[in-house]
Amino acid sequence: MTAKPNSAGDRLLEIRGLRIEGQSEDRWHQIVKGVDLDLNRGEVLGLIGESGAGKSTIGLAAMGYARPGCRISAGSVKFDGLELVGLAEAKKRTLWGSRISYVAQSAAASFNPAHRLIEQFSEVPLEHKVMGADEAKTRAIDLFRRLRLPNPETIGMRYPHQVSGGQLQRAMTAMAMSCTPDLIIFDEPTTALDVTTQIEVLAAIKNIVRQFNTAAIYITHDLAVVAQMADRIMVLRYGETVEEAPTAEMLAHPKQAYTRTLWAVRSLHKPEEPADDMLLRVEGVEASYGNSIKVLDGIDLAVPRGRTVALVGESGSGKSTLARVITGLLPPSKGQVLFEGKPLPPALKQRSKDMLRRMQMIYQMPDTALNPRRRVRDIIGRPLRHYLGLRGAVQEKRIVELLEMIELDHRFIDRLPGELSGGQKQRVCIARALAAKPDLIICDEVTSALDQIVAEGILKLLLRLQKELNVSYLYITHDLATVKAIADWIVVMHQGRIVQQGPKQAVLTPPHHAYTELLLSSVPEMDPAWLDGVLARRGAAGGGAPAEASAAS
Amino acid sequence: MSPILKTVLQRLGLGLITLFAVSIIIFATIEMLPGDFAKAILGQSATPDTVAAFQKRLGLDRPPVERYLNWIGGVAQGDFGVSFAGLGGLGGGQETTVVSLVAPRLANTLFLAGLTAIVAVPLALILGMLAALYRNSFYDRIVNMVTLTSISVPEFFVAYILMLLLAVPHVVFDSPPFYALAKINFDMPFTERVMRSALPVMTLVLVIVAHMMRMTRAAIINLLSSPFIEMARLKGVSPRRIIYRHALPNAWAPIATVIALNLAYLVVGVVVVEVVFVYPGIGQLMVDAVSSRNIPVVQACALIFAATYILLNLIADIVSIVTNPRLLHPR
Amino acid sequence: MTLLQDNSREGAMPAVAGTTALPPRRSWRESLLRDMKHAPLSAWFGMAVIAAYVVVAVFAPLLAPYAENELVGAQYEPWGDPFFFGTDQLGRDLLSRLIYGARNTIGIALMTTALSFTIGGMLGMLAAVLPGWVDQSLSRFVDVLMAIPQLIFALVLLSIFGSSIINLILIIAVLDSTRVFRLTRAVALNIAVLDFVEAAKLQGEKLTWIMIREILPNILPPLVAEFGLRFCFVFLTISALSFLGLGIQPPTADWGSMLRENSTLINYGDVTPLLPAGAIALLTVAVNFVVDWFLHKTSGLKD
Repeated sequence: MTAKPNSAGDRLLEIRGLRIEGQSEDRWHQIVKGVDLDLNRGEVLGLIGESGAGKSTIGLAAMGYARPGCRISAGSVKFDGLELVGLAEAKKRTLWGSRISYVAQSAAASFNPAHRLIEQFSEVPLEHKVMGADEAKTRAIDLFRRLRLPNPETIGMRYPHQVSGGQLQRAMTAMAMSCTPDLIIFDEPTTALDVTTQIEVLAAIKNIVRQFNTAAIYITHDLAVVAQMADRIMVLRYGETVEEAPTAEMLAHPKQAYTRTLWAVRSLHKPEEPADDMLLRVEGVEASYGNSIKVLDGIDLAVPRGRTVALVGESGSGKSTLARVITGLLPPSKGQVLFEGKPLPPALKQRSKDMLRRMQMIYQMPDTALNPRRRVRDIIGRPLRHYLGLRGAVQEKRIVELLEMIELDHRFIDRLPGELSGGQKQRVCIARALAAKPDLIICDEVTSALDQIVAEGILKLLLRLQKELNVSYLYITHDLATVKAIADWIVVMHQGRIVQQGPKQAVLTPPHHAYTELLLSSVPEMDPAWLDGVLARRGAAGGGAPAEASAAS
Repeated sequence: MSPILKTVLQRLGLGLITLFAVSIIIFATIEMLPGDFAKAILGQSATPDTVAAFQKRLGLDRPPVERYLNWIGGVAQGDFGVSFAGLGGLGGGQETTVVSLVAPRLANTLFLAGLTAIVAVPLALILGMLAALYRNSFYDRIVNMVTLTSISVPEFFVAYILMLLLAVPHVVFDSPPFYALAKINFDMPFTERVMRSALPVMTLVLVIVAHMMRMTRAAIINLLSSPFIEMARLKGVSPRRIIYRHALPNAWAPIATVIALNLAYLVVGVVVVEVVFVYPGIGQLMVDAVSSRNIPVVQACALIFAATYILLNLIADIVSIVTNPRLLHPR
Repeated sequence: MTLLQDNSREGAMPAVAGTTALPPRRSWRESLLRDMKHAPLSAWFGMAVIAAYVVVAVFAPLLAPYAENELVGAQYEPWGDPFFFGTDQLGRDLLSRLIYGARNTIGIALMTTALSFTIGGMLGMLAAVLPGWVDQSLSRFVDVLMAIPQLIFALVLLSIFGSSIINLILIIAVLDSTRVFRLTRAVALNIAVLDFVEAAKLQGEKLTWIMIREILPNILPPLVAEFGLRFCFVFLTISALSFLGLGIQPPTADWGSMLRENSTLINYGDVTPLLPAGAIALLTVAVNFVVDWFLHKTSGLKD
């Protein structure tokens, strides 16, 4: 371990040799393999790592808590000099909520649906007997105001399901703050939120932690987010510490190779290429589910041959619905889709096999996009036989070729999806699409379920295949870094409409449309001063928060 | 209209429609009677005249819709028609209405089922919650084995075991404390009726408790693994308070469902148990009616069983609706 | 397979992102052997009992000392020699009838369950892949059928059609298929919304392909477990009906009717009637133990 920056004088938390085991199939596996961690009063430590790195488990262990099915098998957790490992639950309970508190990833699931927010807030100080009911209520309103929740006096009277996700996350932060704890564990508090909502929650958390000088452990998988929140960053992998350094130093000079690969992901960039030959056109498309509200309104866009069009928008913007319209799963109520200048029949059933062949789709979740009971041979072989009539040895040879194309060994041919990793599964999905020899592939958030390094590999593969096969991509995403990496043309969607579209450089350079501006400025950057900068600029520009208005509408 | 009232009314409407559909199905079964049915009932010696009279009596000469409306109209006024028994022979027998047969039997069955429910429901809920709270403990494992065995075993097996163990040692059967045959009637004093019903009640309790306990345990465990329970723990809330403040308000719906499902199961369970203990309830009446193919009685019993079943499920649904915070406090 | 293990494989060589890393594989036979080794005692007990019943049912004519309906002695002869379990109310050997009873009772229940799964399973999958009027009409119809308790409904139908083995099998199978329908529809719906089913639709695959190749293999584990539970239920229903005198009719040897015929003996403290009842109970307990273990395994429950 590297030497700790601060003296031990104001040390709040000291974890030594922490080992945690998890139970699966009646056996215990190590999830955390000997981690040391120190935290001083008022300091914010960022825990970063990919899925399975054990960061949430460590965060909970800092409270002396292990989830059912997990156990702390060795090591010590000292909070303000008090050993938490092996401490009786009743003793730990006096700390939980009052001196150490927890903010969970999903606020919607972590609030009790049967009680008002204010009741759940007041429960903490009342249970620990640090305040009376009236005092707790005043405290709640004060904290709601500091966290910039709308209507702080009355929002507490609401039930969890009556409040939006971003507001609920801030209400949970308020609840964690109720007894002015020494330490708060933030467990991926913004992961489930859209970027424009995320920035408000980040700002609120950062602000309040600073105001009360609370120490915090901030757990996330997003580097740019941790750069905003943490004084110091600890990188974890497979339950072990990779390296640890103050934020600025870590961002500037990461020492370990693994950390550098994490940092390098966002460097991928594709030069934009001009286009003339339009493969797919969408003209004046409107669509709705049932007879209710329009989900898509007046959509016009075109995908050129051999190029990538990125469809950007937050959840609920209608980007996935547009994909359903193009593929024929949801016939539009108005407008049409043209393929090579010829109108496509609106419904899937009316389209010919050849039309289906030329348009393929790759999904967000490789886990659910592959039938877990069919082997790679059958998964890739089926379109070969179905569309192209290949059988036997010819089919087998082509499957191996496709596997080579997606950089997988030929021995993968008789594996089941369950035996593959997430990235390998996504590659098989790509091979399945390629097997049909398509002209257009619709990629629906194909990297958002993957860890960053794996995602980068998939993006590189997609770019290489486009160059080799001259295939077009309609790339749906909410992630602007991916857009920068892969797009030629950008279409920005908001609430079922296209708010702006154009060549990549034109869209990404100012002046932007107001929503594009909001979207672009909300994406966290690796610069630790980014959040304060954006907030300062937004405050100077309009006084109110533009994001609040758009989120509320 | 408040959404909760709307949902409750919708559910009530649905219940009525189901009841209507069920009544049609039960009625329609008589349409499927084979052609020689009258002979089967009246005996081979029946003359063509008596057969014709019998069919007229059944109303087989009128269109089905009219017959259905007559039947259901009668049912609505508490008239289930006339029993086939007594129509046999040469038509000289005494006519008995179905109601006069069913009513006292129904009262007996409700007495039996009510007694069982009073014992079984609280017992199962408490034992089930304990198993959920101490899950994976020795107690829980034993409970799992015992209840799994108990729900797998047929009612008549439990009944005969109890009879062998408890009643047979008292060589004179018709004496306290346990009666092998539960011949009760409403002229007996209450305590004697309870005493005489002890064995059937115990049998039903054993079967129902196992079912209800397992379901209660599963429902509670499902609830306790919710993120908001973990959050409450990490807020420093005491275990007792977690149960009554955080788990219980969200537990009414699953618990109501468990109770309703098991009481509905009880409704069917009585049939076999009544036969074993010769208990004069509606279940035994129905079995006798089926063997003698006394269709009006079968229909009446089936309709009563089905209506009880639908009503119980309806109550559970309504409890779930009125305790759902999302419906109680709309946006 | 946990996410954790997936990632640890992938990350071994970040430069190639695990593209060439070939994961180890385990054949289903190895998995089965491993699972069997870890099976709890109750499951072992269950499997042993089921195996014994199957042997008795298959080899009944070889195992039984007398024929099924042969009158070999006086009425109600005591246990011992020459009649191991004595004789019944007509003077037939009880042990022989118990052995033949295994064959008849289990055979009829098995046929009924199989029929019930064929009907319910096919319609359930159809409802899952054909949302709209097909699903709606099937589901509403099943709702109404299920609003009548099964045993009661069976009694009504038997009073109309009369008791014969064919009627019994058809009536119970049709009534029981409603439960199979519900379960199949529910689990198939969970699968039908997954992306790989949509991918198959986009590929232009036919409905039968989607049902048989994409959905069926993924809903087999819950269906297998349900088959065990439904078998128990059907078996108990038929036994109960026979016990009530409305199921399998004499002279066919069947445990439910044997219990009915000998039930008066219990009043004299004779345990003979418990033999057929116990035979029924033991089999359902055994099946339930195995299903319980299987469900615990396939659902991955930790509690």
